[in-house]
Amino acid sequence: MKNKKLFYVLLVVLAVGLILVGCGSSEKASTSSNSSSSTSSSSDSSSSSNSSSSETTVVKIATQSPLSGPYSAMGEAIKLGAEMALADNAEKFKALGVELQLFPQDDQGDPKIGVSNAEGIVSDKQVLALVGHLNSGVARAAGPKYEAAKLPVVSPANTAVDLTTYGWATFHRIVAKDDVQGPAGAKFAFEDLGAKSVYVVHDKTAYGQGLAEAFQEGAKALGMNVLGFEGQEATQTDFTALVNKIVAMKPDAIYFGGMYNQAGLLVKQANERGFQGYFLSGDGSDNAELIKIAGVDNVKKTYITSVAGDASRTEEGKAWTQRYKEKFGKDSSTFSVYGYDATLVVLNALEKAINENGGKVPTREELNKYVSATKDLKGVFTTTTFDEKGDNINAEVFIYSFEEGTYPAKFIKTVSVK
Amino acid sequence: MDKIKAQFLKASVQYTFVGLYLFIASLWLKLSQESILAFLMMLTSILVIYSANQLSSKVRIGIGIFVLFILLPFIAGDNRYYMEVSTQVGIYVAMALGLNIVVGFAGLLDLGYVAFFAAGAYSYGIFATAQANNFLDFYQFPLEGGWFWPFLVVGLLVAAVFGILLGLPVLKVKGDYLAIVTLGFGEIVRIIFNNLDKPVNITNGPQGLTPIAQPNLFGIVINTPFHYYFVVLFSIALIILINRRLEDSRLGRAWVAIREDELAAQAMGIPLVKTKLLAFATGASFAGIVGVIFAAKQTYIDPTSFTLMESIGILVMVVLGGSGSVPGVILGAAIVTILQVQLLKEFSFFLNDLRLAGIINLPSQLDPSKFQRFVFGILLVIMALYRPNGLIPAKRKKIDIEELKKLEMDAPTTGILMKLQNKKGGK
Amino acid sequence: MDQNVLLTMLPQVLIDGLTLGFLYAVVALGYTMVYGILELINFAHGEIFMVGAFLGTEVLLIMQSFGILEGLNPFVAFLLAILVASLITGGMGVTIERIAYRPLRNSPRLIALISAIGVSFFLQDLVRFTEGLVRNAFYLSGPQLFKGIIPLSSSIFIPTKTLLIIISAIVMMVSLHLFVSRTKWGIAMRAVAQDQQTASLMSINVNKVIALTFFIGSSLGGATGVLYAQQYGTVDPYIGFILGLKAFTAAVLGGIGNLKGAMWGGVLLGLIESLGTAYMGPLTGNAFGAEYKDVFAFTILIIVLLFKPEGLFGEAVKEKV
Repeated sequence: MKNKKLFYVLLVVLAVGLILVGCGSSEKASTSSNSSSSTSSSSDSSSSSNSSSSETTVVKIATQSPLSGPYSAMGEAIKLGAEMALADNAEKFKALGVELQLFPQDDQGDPKIGVSNAEGIVSDKQVLALVGHLNSGVARAAGPKYEAAKLPVVSPANTAVDLTTYGWATFHRIVAKDDVQGPAGAKFAFEDLGAKSVYVVHDKTAYGQGLAEAFQEGAKALGMNVLGFEGQEATQTDFTALVNKIVAMKPDAIYFGGMYNQAGLLVKQANERGFQGYFLSGDGSDNAELIKIAGVDNVKKTYITSVAGDASRTEEGKAWTQRYKEKFGKDSSTFSVYGYDATLVVLNALEKAINENGGKVPTREELNKYVSATKDLKGVFTTTTFDEKGDNINAEVFIYSFEEGTYPAKFIKTVSVK
Repeated sequence: MDKIKAQFLKASVQYTFVGLYLFIASLWLKLSQESILAFLMMLTSILVIYSANQLSSKVRIGIGIFVLFILLPFIAGDNRYYMEVSTQVGIYVAMALGLNIVVGFAGLLDLGYVAFFAAGAYSYGIFATAQANNFLDFYQFPLEGGWFWPFLVVGLLVAAVFGILLGLPVLKVKGDYLAIVTLGFGEIVRIIFNNLDKPVNITNGPQGLTPIAQPNLFGIVINTPFHYYFVVLFSIALIILINRRLEDSRLGRAWVAIREDELAAQAMGIPLVKTKLLAFATGASFAGIVGVIFAAKQTYIDPTSFTLMESIGILVMVVLGGSGSVPGVILGAAIVTILQVQLLKEFSFFLNDLRLAGIINLPSQLDPSKFQRFVFGILLVIMALYRPNGLIPAKRKKIDIEELKKLEMDAPTTGILMKLQNKKGGK
Repeated sequence: MDQNVLLTMLPQVLIDGLTLGFLYAVVALGYTMVYGILELINFAHGEIFMVGAFLGTEVLLIMQSFGILEGLNPFVAFLLAILVASLITGGMGVTIERIAYRPLRNSPRLIALISAIGVSFFLQDLVRFTEGLVRNAFYLSGPQLFKGIIPLSSSIFIPTKTLLIIISAIVMMVSLHLFVSRTKWGIAMRAVAQDQQTASLMSINVNKVIALTFFIGSSLGGATGVLYAQQYGTVDPYIGFILGLKAFTAAVLGGIGNLKGAMWGGVLLGLIESLGTAYMGPLTGNAFGAEYKDVFAFTILIIVLLFKPEGLFGEAVKEKV
C-alpha cells in the first residue's frame, strides 16, 4: 500500500517537474532566439528583428567525409578545403552579421554511419548546408535525409551517376559523373593509346564497379574488344590468379575501377608476370601511394582519368596550394581544392541570399534555391553552373600519366563534359 | 558507510532517488538539447531503475515503460539526432537479445550472426524497391509501405530459414570449430549478396538498394527517427517477452543443459539436433525482424553494412553485458552502441576542436573515433579475464529447498503425489 | 575464351597457387601446433603473421634509410629481416599466451576463444596506429630484395623471390618437423599434447613447453609475414585476419593437430584457390568469377568439417567424457 502511494507521489512530482521544464525551455528558447532566430523563417517576429542588426548569427556549414579508415586522406582533404574556404570568407560574412562555423563529421566511408551523422547534421538548426561525401554509397544512403530536411548539399567528389537521378532538389555536385569519366577513359585508351582490347577489373564496391561499368559501356560503344569484366573484393591483395588469366589473353590494356592501393598491387603483379600493355584507372587511383606500391619502374604505362584536376597547374591554383600548405602544414591533395570550391558555391549562395533577403539569414530551403541557381561561379580551380538535376555542366575530366613516376602525375589533357 | 548502504536498501529512499534522478535528467535534457551527457543520463535512468532492488518488479517495469515510451520521446522527441541514436541503440539491443539466445542460452558461439540481419534487411529491401522487377514480372514493384508489417513476419521467416540452413550442416561441429564455421558462413552470405547482381540481378550487388519504401500505419507515413523509435521499442518489448518466456520453458532449460554439458544433456534425452536448430532459428528470426526495420529506417542497404565487424560488435555486446542474462545484454548493447556512435565521436570532435584552436598538436592517427577495434579487443580480453560472466551475470534460478519442502507440506493437487497423499490420508 | 589460352596459363596458375599454398602452410603450422597442445584456436595467429610482415618491412626500410641495404648481399638482408621479425613475433606469442590465454586455461573454451578474438582486434589497431604515427600511412611498401625473373618459356615466369619463398617455407617446415620428432623439447611437446597431466608427472614443465610452442609457432608466423611482404611488396594491418582464417582452414583440411596435414592442407588450399579464381569465370560463362575467391576457402572448410572432420590426414578422435 505504502509503495503505491509513493508511486503516485512520484508521478505527481514528475508531472510538475515536466511542466516546469516545459516553461523553462520555452523561456530559454526565447532568449536563445538571438542566435538562431534568423535561421528559421517562421520566427521573424518583432522580438528578434530588433536585435539581429547588432549581433552576429552563427551559420554552420557541415562537412561529411571519411576522416578515418582507408579513405581518410581524401576525406580529410575535403574537410580542410572547406575549413580554409570558411576562414578566407570569415571577414566578409562578419560584415553581414554572420559568423561562419565548420561542422565536420566523419562518415568513415560507411553508409550506416553516414545516415546517423546526417540525422545529427539535420537536427542542428544552425547548419544551413553540407559540403560532402566522398563515397557515393554514403551519399546515396544519406541523400533522402538531407532531401527531407531540405538541406542543400554540394558534393566535391561524388561521381556515381544515379545520385542526380532521384529527383532530389538538394543534391548538387561540382565534379563530373562516372558516365562521363568512364567513357572519357575509354576514348583516351582507344584513340590516343590505340588500345583495341581491354580487360576490365573492379573492386566490387559501389564506386569501383559503377565506374568500371561506365568504362565498359564506353569501350563497347567505341568498338573495343572487352575481354573480361571481373571483380575482386576491396580487401584482396593477391591478384595473381586473375593476372595470369589476363596476361594469357594479351589485352592491349587493363582497366581497373577501384582505389589506389589495389591498383598499385595489380600494376605490380601484372608487370611481374610480363604484362606489356597499358594500365588505366579512375580517380580512386589518383594517389602518390600507387607509385610507391607498384614501384616506379612499373607505372610507365599507367594512365588515370580523374574528375579532380591538379590545382597547381594554374597560377591562381599555385598560389592557393602554397597558402594551403602554410595553413595546414601539409600538401594539398586530390580533393582539397574541390572541398574549397564546393564551399565557395555554398558561401556565394549564402551571400546572395542574405543580400537579397534584406540582411536576413535565409532558411535552408531558400538557400537551396540560391545554390541551385549557381551560374558561372569561378572558384580557385572550377567553374560551376548547375543544370536542373544538380550536375555541373562545366565539369571536366582530366587525364594523367604516371610515366614519370612522380606525383602529382603528368597532365595529358582535359575532356569536357559538354 | 554501512549506514548509508542500509539507507539505500529502504524502498522509500529508492523511490525518492529514482524520482529525483529522473527529474534531474529530464530537466537537464530539456534545458540543453545539445548535451550528450544529459542524454546519457537519461538513458542510464533505465539502469538506475533496474538496480532499485527494493521496488517490486512490477513497479520497476512500470517506471521503465513510462520512461522509454513517454518521458524520453516527450523530452528528446524534437531532436532527430537523439531519437536516431536511441533507435540505433534499440536495433542493437534487439539483435544482441537474439544472439543471446544462441550464445548465451545454448552456448553456441556464432560469429556470423549478421548474416541473418542481412537476410531480413534484403528480404524487405528487394521487394520494397524496384529491384524485384528484375526477376519477377507478375507485379509492378516496389510494394507500397503498408507491406512493411507483413514483411516483419517474412523477414522473420527468411532469417529463420537461413538459421536452419546454417544450423543443419554445422551442428556436427562443436565449440570453437562452430565459431569459425559460422564466421565463414557470415562472410559467404555477405560475398554472395555483394555478387548477386549477375547472372540475375537480385541484390544489385555493391550498388545497394534504394529508395526503400517507407512503411505506413493507418495512413501515417513512418519516416522519422521518432517514428522508428517506437517501432523498435515495440519490437524490443516483444523480443524481451519471448526471451523471458523461453528462459523458463522446457526448451530454454534444454538449451542451458546443452550449454553446460552436451553429452549429459543428450543422455538425459534432449534431442540435440532439434534443440540446437531451434536455438539458431529463434536467434536468427529476431535478427530478421530487426533487419526489416533497419532496411526501412535506412532507406538504403548495401553489403558493407553486414561485415564481420558487425558480428563481432554484437558478440562484444553479449559478452560485455553477460551472456545469458537479458538485462545484461541490454546494458551491453547500449554501452557498446553509445560508445561507437556517440562517445568516441564526441571525444574526437572535442580533440579536433582543441587541435583547430591550436591548443594541442595531435596527429590525426590518434583520433579516438578510429579506435573501434582497439576498444573492442581490449574489452573482450578484459571481460574474458576478469568478468567472464559479464557486467550483469545471468542469474540461475535458485531452487529453495525450504520452499519446496513447504510446498510438499501443502497437499499436492495433481499427479501421482496427490494420489499417494490421498491414500495416506485415507489410512 | 579459347581453350589454348586456358592451357597456356595453367603452369603459371599452378606456380602462383603453390606459392600461396606454402604461405598458408607455414601459417597453418602455428594454428595446428597451438591447437594440438591447448585445443585452442589461436585467433591472433593471423595478426602475428601481419606483425611479422610489418617488422620485416620496417627492418629493410631502416637499413635502407641508413644506406646499408645497397651494399649488403640481398640474402643476408633477407635473413636478417626474417630473424628480427621471427624473434620479436615469437616473443609476442609468448607474451600473449602469458597474459591472455594462460589465466583461462581452465575456463570454458569459449571464453578463451573470445579472449583470442580480442587480442586479434587489439593487434590490428595497434599496428595501424603505430604505422600511422610513424609513417603517416597504413599501407607500407618495402624494398624488394630480389628482382630477377626466371623465364621458363615465353609465357611462364618464375620470379626469383617466389622460388626463394617456396624454398624458405620448405626449410621452415622441415626443420620444425626435425625439431618435433628428434629433439628432447620436441618430444616433450608431443607428450604435453598427448596428456598434460601425465606429462607433468614425467617431470615435464608443462608451462614452459606451452610457452615454447607459442614461441615457435609465432616466430614461424612472423617469418612467413616477411615472406609475404617480399612476395606482394605492400602490407597493411588487415592482411592477417583473412589469411589467418584461410590458414586455419588449411590446418583443418589437413587434420588439425597434425604437422604434415597442415602442410598438405595449405598447399592444396592455395592450389584450389588459384585454380578456382582463374578458371571459375571461363567455366561458368562469366556468371561467377574471381569475386567468389574467399568463398572457396570457407566452403571447403564447411565441407571438410561436415564429411571428414578429422581432416584428410588426421585420425578420428573419440570424444572424451
